[in-house]
Formats: sequence, C-alpha cells, structure tokens
Amino acid sequence: MASLTIDKLTKSFGAVDVLKGIDLEIEDGGFLVLVGPSGCGKSTLLNCIAGLEKTTSGEIRIGDRNVEGLHPSKRDIAMVFQSYALYPNMTVRGNISFGMEIRGIAKADQDRAIQEVADMLQIGNLLDRKPSQLSGGQRQRVAMGRALVRHPQVFLFDEPLSNLDAKLRVDMRTEIKRLHSRMGTTIVYVTHDQIEALTLATKIAVLEAGYLQQFGTPDEIYNDPANMFVADFMGSPSMNLIEGRLTASADGLEVVIDSHDDRSISLPVPDSAAMRQHLDHSIVFGIRPEAMTDPDGADRTSSRVVTRDCYIEVSQPAGSDTFALTKLGGKECIARFRADARIELGSFSPVSFNMTKAVFFDPSTKERIR
Amino acid sequence: MSASSQDNALQTSGIMRAMIYALLIFFVIYYLLPLWIMIANSLKPLEEIHSGDMLAPPRSITFEPWRSAWSTTQVGVEATGLRPYFINSILMVVPAVVLSTFLGALNGYVLTKWQFRGANLVFGLMLLACFIPFQIVLIPMARILGMLGLAGTIPGLVMVHTIYGLGFTTLFFRNYYAAFPTELVRAAQIDGASFFQVFWRILVPSSGPIIVVTIIWQFTNVWNDFLFGASFSSYDSTPITVALNNLVNSSTGVKEYNVHFAGAILAALPTLIVYIVSGRYFVRGLMAGAVKG
Repeated sequence: MASLTIDKLTKSFGAVDVLKGIDLEIEDGGFLVLVGPSGCGKSTLLNCIAGLEKTTSGEIRIGDRNVEGLHPSKRDIAMVFQSYALYPNMTVRGNISFGMEIRGIAKADQDRAIQEVADMLQIGNLLDRKPSQLSGGQRQRVAMGRALVRHPQVFLFDEPLSNLDAKLRVDMRTEIKRLHSRMGTTIVYVTHDQIEALTLATKIAVLEAGYLQQFGTPDEIYNDPANMFVADFMGSPSMNLIEGRLTASADGLEVVIDSHDDRSISLPVPDSAAMRQHLDHSIVFGIRPEAMTDPDGADRTSSRVVTRDCYIEVSQPAGSDTFALTKLGGKECIARFRADARIELGSFSPVSFNMTKAVFFDPSTKERIR
Repeated sequence: MSASSQDNALQTSGIMRAMIYALLIFFVIYYLLPLWIMIANSLKPLEEIHSGDMLAPPRSITFEPWRSAWSTTQVGVEATGLRPYFINSILMVVPAVVLSTFLGALNGYVLTKWQFRGANLVFGLMLLACFIPFQIVLIPMARILGMLGLAGTIPGLVMVHTIYGLGFTTLFFRNYYAAFPTELVRAAQIDGASFFQVFWRILVPSSGPIIVVTIIWQFTNVWNDFLFGASFSSYDSTPITVALNNLVNSSTGVKEYNVHFAGAILAALPTLIVYIVSGRYFVRGLMAGAVKG
C-alpha cells in the first residue's frame, strides 16, 4: 500500500494538450475518484498513472518512488478496465493466474492465491468457465479478482461499472466500497457518474478540459463547490444556478431575481467584503434543489430559511420526492418538494429557501465569491 | 446460422420455388460438367476416348491412367510421372504458407497494437504489394535470387511466395486485429507479458478464423502459381503446375488424354481438399468483424 502523488502533470497528443498541469495527492489507503464529462482527460490521467501512456512533463510518485519511465508491470499497480478485458481464450482461472505465470510464481502459490480471491469474490464455482459464459456482473468480479491477486500498491479502475445495468451497478458499487474498507489499498477510480464519485470517494478530483477544477472530500465538492462547473456537474438533479442582481437594502445585502410575469423576489445574502465588490452587478446564486422546498419540508435545523412565492410550472413526481419546476432569473429551476406536498400548477406557491446552503458565483469568471 | 438465413429468406410461391430450383440445378450441372468430363475420361482406356463420346460414363473402368500420371508417364525428358513434382510443390507450399501467415500476423499485430509514427504509411505501402502484377517482379526477383544463391531452388521459391504473399496476409491480419480490443493488450502488459507473450498468448489464440482464411488464400495461390514456378525453378525444383504443362506438351506420338485428365485432377486435388475441409471457416472468417456476433 502506498500514497500516490501527481505533480504538475501535463500530457499532449501532438498539438493537443489533454492534461494541463494536474496536482493531486491521495494518502495511503485513500479512495480517489477522478470525475468529469467525457473528454476531460480523466482516463488519460489514469493511463498515465498506469504507465500505458507516456507523460509529457511532471511527476507521478507511488509511495516515494518516481515511476517515470517504468513499465506498467513494474509499477506495482493493477487495473480494472471498462470492458473488463478478460482474455477470451482462457478460463477464469487462467485469466487470474496469467500475471502470476508470467512473473514465474510457483504453481502451488498460484493456486492458493486464486482460491483466496475466488473465496473473497464468490467466484469459486466459475473458475473453469470461459469469459463468454459469464454474465456482466460475473465478468466484473473476475476482472477485480485478476487485479486483486497482485496485491498491488494502487488499484486503478477505469469506469468499471458503466457496462452494467442500473441495479447491478448499485450492488457492485457497494461491493467495491466493502472491498476497499477490507483491503485498505489505495484506489484511483475513474467515472463520469457523479453519484458513484460521491458515494465511493474519500477524495474527489473534478476534471474538465484538462484542468483540475476542484480537489476535495465529497462533502467539500458537494456543499462547497469552487466554481460553477463543479456546482453544475456534481449532484442530481444539478444545482440551480440563478442569475440575479446584488443590491443593498436596510437589512443588508440582497439578491434580486426575476420571477414570473415581471415579478421578482429578493433573498438575503451574507454580508462580506468580497460580496460588496459585486454590489449593483449581476451575480449567480446557486442553490441545490433540496434546499428549495415546500415550507413544511424545510430544514428546521437551518438558521436561515426564507419563504418566497414562486410560480410553479411543472411538477414531476419521483416517488420519494416531487420535483417542482419554476422559472427564476429566466431559467428553469428545480425545487425538491416532499412527495405528498400539495402543488398547484400554474399558480404562485410558497417555496422555502435554505440560505445556509446557498453559494454565490461571479458570472464573468465563473468562480465562487467567498 | 441456417435458422437465421431461413428467417431472412423471402417468402416465395410454389411456382417461383420450382423455377429457382430449376435454375440452380442448371448451374450446378453447368459447373460440375468439366469435373465430370475429367473424372469420367481419366477412368477410360485411351481407345474408348478416341472411339466415342466425351460425356459418356466409362464402359470399362481402369485406374491405369492415374498410375501412369502419378509415377510412370513422360514429363519433359524423364519418365517419372508427376510424383516428384507433387512433392516439390508440397515442399514449397508448406513453408511458404506458414512463413507468410506468421509474418502477416506479426505485421498485423505491430501495425494495430504498437502504433508507431507512420504506421499507416507502412501499411499503405504493403497494401500496394497486393496490386503489383507478377510480371513486374520477375526480373528483379531473378537478380536477387541469383545474388542470394537461391536461383532454381525450392527455398528460393519459398522466399518468392512468402514475400509476394506478405501484402495480402498483412492486410488480412491488420484488419482482423484492428477490431481486437486494445484493452486486452494493455491488461496483458500490466500483467507483465512481453511483446511476444502478448502475441502468442493473447492474440494468436483468438485468431482462428483469420488464420484459416489466410492459409486457404495462400495455399491456393502458391499451389496454383505457374509463372514464378516456370521462371525460378530448375529441373529438380519444378512445381506440379509446371510439370503438368510439361506432361501435356511432351507426347510420344499419341496424346494420352486419359493420363492428362488424371494428372490435372491430381494437381488440383490439394486445393480442393483444403477448401472442403476448411471452406466453412473461410466464409465465417471473411465475415468476422463485419457484424457483431
């Protein structure tokens, strides 16, 4: 087991810069999730760590060893691929033992190691089958088994669950998390699914267009996003980003937001020097759907809940909640109501804003105003 | 396979069906007629051929023409039959097919899984080899064989056919391996497999269909080749195609048609056997990668 440090890493394919200076560090036993939309460079970063792609500049250290120029097999890593990459001509046993065979490990030790992972992943009865005879979930397990027998310093997962159906994905997610807490090995995990990122990670790195947008714990990423991209990308449904105007009133600062039919609402804003720089300019007010509720569903522990009338256009019952759509600042916004909240469509209903959860952004730089 | 093709077939009425079968039977006869003439006449004594109908079945069956074609008839100046030349052809075809298939597989592997700068250009140039007519390479090849001291020998012919076949075998394997998931190669690299371990342990075991296609293609082409054989062989390395020509041309008074027919069948037999044994893989291999599953 070892920590992983990535220092000012860049990677270009010809004239195209894919990674533009990434700094990351994950402690021994941590679970780092690289998340971002497709094409953000997350898989390239993982391949750089694995040694499957050459880096252009910067350093990758596993433990305190610089792995620059080391062959993938010498980096003490194991990787689970998106397509599982099981060798089609070998049995499950052959797949798991292939690496050990190449490294010249004695047959008896190989058998012991295979038995150990087979028990751990409950694939003992599949050992003599070919990959084509396995279901998606079983292939996934075998792929993990092949990685596990190496006892690597770092596990690399490249979107391992994206080929599974929704239910199996949730099961395997739990299984990976259980495996991590049992083995305690450092994991780097690539996904584009922000729910996976939030549930699995001890640290999340949000990437976009080759830049590291934010690096922090799931709680920091979710509640304290550094910029509008992170706020928008993480969470489902995503954060409402509402354009409004910052004004001063007798009670302090307020953000004034256009509502339905020339009406507008104003919401109190915490006073700070940084905020005051944007006085009489437009700012972006960000609030998660769950912080916009029907008044009875509002968080009673919150110190600042304000209720305003909003024009509800559409409601979408989703079983446990009902999502209410309203137009604020010229954009559709989603509020999360209790499932049994009474919603009258096409009229003004009171909506409670939990302002302790609100965040503000500068619309020109897209960065957070703190 | 058969079930799915039935599903795809158009619904036809009884009359249509009868017409289709009539047409198909007509073409079957049309294509089988030459083979019938060859087999029937190779089993007749010479007098029977001279006296009558080429299409008629033999009245008295004799295997003498076959024996003669195989071991005693006059080929050129020697009365050896086709046997030594048949053996020459085997000695030429087997190494040439094995070598060109192996090198084609290796080329395909490098061109798809070890992408280097200019890989596509190299592939393009190799493809060009498929379009070069035999005649163009004759003189330069003769010069090279002479320089290597391989002129007029079986190893020389093996080399010529290996080089000439490389364009095709590379094309086959490159296209097959292009559809082979690169993640498998990467997984094997992480497992520590070397360049050749990846090739032998991961790629080759999954290459069955394309190996069969390449072997059929190369076997047929090399076995049936006449021009290289006629140009680059000497009396002790002549392949069977050239020997067959000599057999037909060297007459001692009478034309022994029955022996000629038997010899021609003997010369065509190996390719026929290769087709019959592995023909279904050929079709399957040509389709591989075209559609999933």
